[in-house]
This record gives sequence, structure tokens and C-alpha cells, in this order.
Amino acid sequence: MKSIAELEEIRKRTLQRINLRREDKESEVRVVVGMATCGIAAGARPVMMAFVDEIGRRHLSQVTVSQTGCIGMCRLEPMADVFLPGEEKVTYVNLDADKARRIVAEHVVNGRPVTEYTIGNAENNKQQA
Amino acid sequence: MEIFRSHVLVCGGTGCTSSGSVKLVDRLNDQLGELGLDKEVKVIKTGCFGLCEAGPVVIVYPEGTFYSHVQTEDVDEIVSEHLLKGRVVRRLVYQDKGDHPSVGKSLSDIEFYKHQTRVALRNCGVIDPENIDEYIAFDGYRALTKALTEMTPQDVIDEVSRSGLRGRGGGGFPTGTKWKFAAASKDDKKYVVCNADEGDPGAFMDRSVLEGDPHAILEAMAICGYAIGADEGYIYVRAEYPIAVKRLNLAIEQAHEYGLLGQNILGTGFNFDLHIRLGAGAFVCGEETALMASIEGHRGEPRPRPPFPAVKGLFGKPTNINNVETYANVAQIILRGADWFRTMGTERSAGTKVFALGGKINNTGLVEVPMGTPLRTVIYDIGGGIPHGRRFKAVQTGGPSGGCIPARLLDVPIEYDSLIEIGSMMGSGGMIVMDEDNCMVDIARFFLDFTVDESCGKCTPCRIGTRRMLEILNRIVEGKGEEGDIEKLERLATTIAKTSLCGLGQTAPNPVLSTLRYFRDEYEAHIRDKRCPAHHCRSLMQYQIIDKCRGCTACARVCPVHAVSGEVRKPHAIDQDKCIKCGACYDACRFDAIIKA
Repeated sequence: MKSIAELEEIRKRTLQRINLRREDKESEVRVVVGMATCGIAAGARPVMMAFVDEIGRRHLSQVTVSQTGCIGMCRLEPMADVFLPGEEKVTYVNLDADKARRIVAEHVVNGRPVTEYTIGNAENNKQQA
Repeated sequence: MEIFRSHVLVCGGTGCTSSGSVKLVDRLNDQLGELGLDKEVKVIKTGCFGLCEAGPVVIVYPEGTFYSHVQTEDVDEIVSEHLLKGRVVRRLVYQDKGDHPSVGKSLSDIEFYKHQTRVALRNCGVIDPENIDEYIAFDGYRALTKALTEMTPQDVIDEVSRSGLRGRGGGGFPTGTKWKFAAASKDDKKYVVCNADEGDPGAFMDRSVLEGDPHAILEAMAICGYAIGADEGYIYVRAEYPIAVKRLNLAIEQAHEYGLLGQNILGTGFNFDLHIRLGAGAFVCGEETALMASIEGHRGEPRPRPPFPAVKGLFGKPTNINNVETYANVAQIILRGADWFRTMGTERSAGTKVFALGGKINNTGLVEVPMGTPLRTVIYDIGGGIPHGRRFKAVQTGGPSGGCIPARLLDVPIEYDSLIEIGSMMGSGGMIVMDEDNCMVDIARFFLDFTVDESCGKCTPCRIGTRRMLEILNRIVEGKGEEGDIEKLERLATTIAKTSLCGLGQTAPNPVLSTLRYFRDEYEAHIRDKRCPAHHCRSLMQYQIIDKCRGCTACARVCPVHAVSGEVRKPHAIDQDKCIKCGACYDACRFDAIIKA
């Protein structure tokens, strides 16, 4: 038999798992990984799995990871965009699993973009987005 | 607990299951396994999404992409494009009818859902109904916890009373009052019963709730048990709902495991247990006294009231009986409060109502709207209007107990009282839309035919009276109507309504009375002019070939009785003596040369 506290525990644990099905996503943070052929070939899959894993490990229920197609800069793959509510998106390039984990820690959790991985930095500080 | 980046929700309601959604789940899992995506993407079978017309329905989260009419062959493309590469499969994305094709639409953008407020259906199509944890995640059993730990039984009853919740089975009796009566009856044993014997033709609201969110009913019944002082309950559900029965059984089992049913629930000392009884499909068993007789193992026949079930119900003990949809609102009322509930709907009809949309309508399916919503919104904005550019004629609400509402009353708000004023009723929520091709006399005949069939035979007005009415209606549609038939129908109808024992008989004449009220001219045309204005009644119409005929012989080839004759490239003709009016020639003609007259 479950106690009230156990019930609450189940609620929190499961909610984190299924929260991505909610339709009210105003406060949501989105991580979008480029998963076209070019991205996958460059290693986007381990990058995405690192995002998913790190976000799960930190119990960040308001963050979703999704995929997108090729945006035309195949030489910079694997790429990912991070959308924080009310802020401009940040595009990261030439990612790997470790970089992905750092982005979760610094950008998603603490709100500080990891400038050294951004597209602006990669393109010699030419400002794009 | 594993975290997945994407959830693929496949509708496992009765509609989508019969169009093959179970195969989709298998195929999805196969394909995901093959591509090594099974650790990233989870496939979940849910309850009904409501848009049954678009089934089988698949939704991919986190994007919320809504795929419709998905076939097994389409699964590979969804997996390899959307789930592997993140590219939405545009050709499968649901499109609003008449809208410009748009892509990546999520549930909340779709016209069908935009006007809806989902309270009773809040979890349908969102959670896995076979997993109690998912129900708990979306605030499941929190209302029960709150009731047991923070509220007295009287508090619970007061909250339900203040919410203004009324019986969703059709009667519209205030739920709080019902609970109060049952609580006031002193006895050592009381029962809570759920009426899930949904019998109206075309109605499937309760089925969808049971299939999509069975725990919501269990939780509400336990709350009711606490409020009225009962420790045992029965769910009376139709045997024709196998998926609902299976999920209810599973839900009860899981709730037992978690100690949410049984002895000493959540350590509070409250005991409550539930049983399922299967109904064998008799319409009269939806009537509460007949339903209880059936649970007891007797023949499903109603008995006179009083005594009401709250005083002397199941096994002679005080019993509270509510419909599925009524219970589906209870947990939300306890959790979010009566004031929240009253923000929806109207003064006298609070909250929302679920309707099963059917008949001549584009978006066949299940919708939930706030009370007070005009019928027009439901039929045109949500339902997407009438197919093939036909003209709306009437909508039938309330099933065999309700009536037909004509086009000029489409702006009437949907409320218990306003629908009764215009000669129909809320009923359990079936809504059948009719266009200009439907004959209103025949519709009345159809519903009366149903009640004659389903009358239990216990009382004379219902057993014999409805049969006499049906005989008159049969005569009218066959072109043998006589002057005075309308008056005879009216007299019979009034008598049956006044003298029948139970709701079945009392409301059986409604379809006839309401069509007589709004479409009397159609009755008169049948009787006096021997003409069916909708060209529907076979005895009163003919198929004729007009001079548009090019002599293509298509009609002659499909005619099963060789009634069509004529030479190639010359106008054909129909031999009316041979014609059986099957309509095959009408469907086969490509030149609009065959008309109904």
C-alpha cells in the first residue's frame, strides 16, 4: 500500500517523464538538434542523447529536446539551437557529447550561453543567428 | 525511470482500434527497434482523441504534430523522416477542412480542438490509460487524498453542490443534492453505482472516458463513497464495450495494488471497493431502477419511484447512482474548487458537456464544450459543417428521448433548460446532424422503432402505445397516411409521456413531438400529397432520367433488376414498375441525368 508521500513521489517522477505531452508550453525551454543526413553523419545522435540524458539526470521537466532538418550549414554540424523563454535563440555548432552536457549545465540551467561554442564564435565573431 | 526525448501517442479508442491502430503500435515498435531509436522514442497507446473521423490518429510529442488517417505503410516514413531526422511528414499532417494546407499543426491549433474545453476528457488521448502512474502524474488521486485528509464528508458534498454539477446522463438532476440525500439515509450499508450503460444510438461519450481515463471514474466513486458513507460500489458497463471493460478491470487491479481501493485507503481508515457488472445491451437498463435490478441479478425492469435509490436502492440499501461523465468531473471539482467549475458554462448549467458528433457532419467525433455554447459553434466551427455542400436541416440531440432542432434555432445555447424549452433535451450527449436529404418523418420513425424494440414491456403505455405510434408512422412513410393521423399521433404521444412508468416511455414520443413541432409540413406532404419532400421515403419517390442523359449505359449496367433500358448514345428510361429504388443508377450516373422526384 502506498502512503500519501509515496503517491506524491510517483506523481513527480512520472510527470517529469511525460511532461513533454503538455500543450501549455509557455515556460518551456527547447533544445533543437539538427538531425538531417549531414548532422547524423557528423555525429548528431550522440549529441542528442547527451542532451536527453543530461536533462533527465537533472530532472529538468520543462525542457524538451527535439530535432530539425538541415539548415544549410552542413560543415558546422552537429548543430543545436537552444530556445529560452523570452530570449533569442542561441545556435551552437561543431558539438559533441561533452559540449552538449556543458550547454545544459551553463545555458539551460544557469542561463549563460556558452559563447565559445556558438555559431557567432565559429564564424569569427561574425554575428548571425 | 527512463526519460525519452519523444513520445508517439497512438489512439487506442474503439474508433481508431477498429481502423487498425493496434497494428500501428506494433509496426512503430518494430521500426524504432530496427533503427536503434527504441531508447529515445516511446510509443504509448492512449484513449480517444475525439477526432474519430481522422483516425487512426497519431501524435508526436514534444512537437505535438497531429497525424491523421495513418496506415501501416505510413509508419516507416514517420519513423525514418520525423523520428530519425526530425522532418515532419507533411502529407500525413491533419488539415482543417476548407483551410489552406498548413503544416506542423499541433493539437491546440486545430479548429476542431480550439473551441473545446476539456474537463471530463482532460486525460483522454494524453495519458496511457493502462498505466496508473501516468494518471497520478496528471494530478490523479490527489482529489481523493484531499477529500480524505482535509475535508469532511459534508465538505465534499457542499463543494459538489456549490459547483452546480448536474447529472450528465441526461436528466440534469443536481449531483450535490443527490449525494446529500444518500448521505442523509441512515443504514449500515450503502452503495455507489456508476451508470455506464450508454445505450443511445450514436453516443459514445462514456465509452471514451472509460477507455481513455478509467482511473478518473474510480477516484470519483471513492470520493462519493467517502461523502455518502458507502464502502462498496458497482460499475454497470455494457458488454459491448470490451476495451472499456478491460481497462476498467486493469485500473481496479492497479488501484488495489497501490492501496487506492480496498481497506484503509492511504492509511486514513477509509475502505472502498469496486466491482464491475456487465450489461447485456438492454436500453432500459440505463434507467436507474432497472439498472440496479440487473446488478442484483433480476430482469432489467424499472420500478416506480419513490422510494428513490438514495433511500432504497441496490439490494434495498441507500445508493447513489451517477453517470460516467458526471463522475469524470468530480475529481477536478474537489481539486480546483466549485468556483473554478462555475467559471465554465452558464448560471443554471455549470461546467462542460461532452457530445458525440455523428451523422451528416465533416468531423465525426467526440467534443467537449462549455455549457451555453451555441449549437452553431459545435456543428460548424468544431464539426466542420455539412459534407458535400449540402444544406443543414436539423440536429437530433438526446437520442431516442430527445428531439430534432431545426436550423433557425441553431443559435440557442446548449443548456439543460434551453434544450427542453425547444422540445429536445440534453440527453447523454449524442448529436446527430441531418441534411436536406433526411426525411424528418423517417427520422422520427427510426427512433420510435428503436424504443419499441427496447421497451421492456412492463407498463402498457410504453409497450402498446409506442407500437401503435410506430404503425401510424410506418403507414405515413409508405404513402398510406390518412387525414387525422397527425392528431392521433399527438394524442398517443401525450398520453404515453404522462402515463409511462419510467423515463424510457415518458420520453419515447419526443422525437415524434419535436418533428411534428418543427416539420409538420413534411408530415402533411406525406399524408396529403403522398410526397416525401426530402425524396427519401422509397414508396413516395421515383428515380427519373432527364434529358441530360448521354446514353453511356452506366446506369443500365448497374441496375440489379434490369429496369433501365435504352440504346447506346440515346437517352435511357427507367421502368417504374420494375424499379426497386436501390439508387445504384443514381450513384453510377456521371452526367447528373438521374434525379429523385
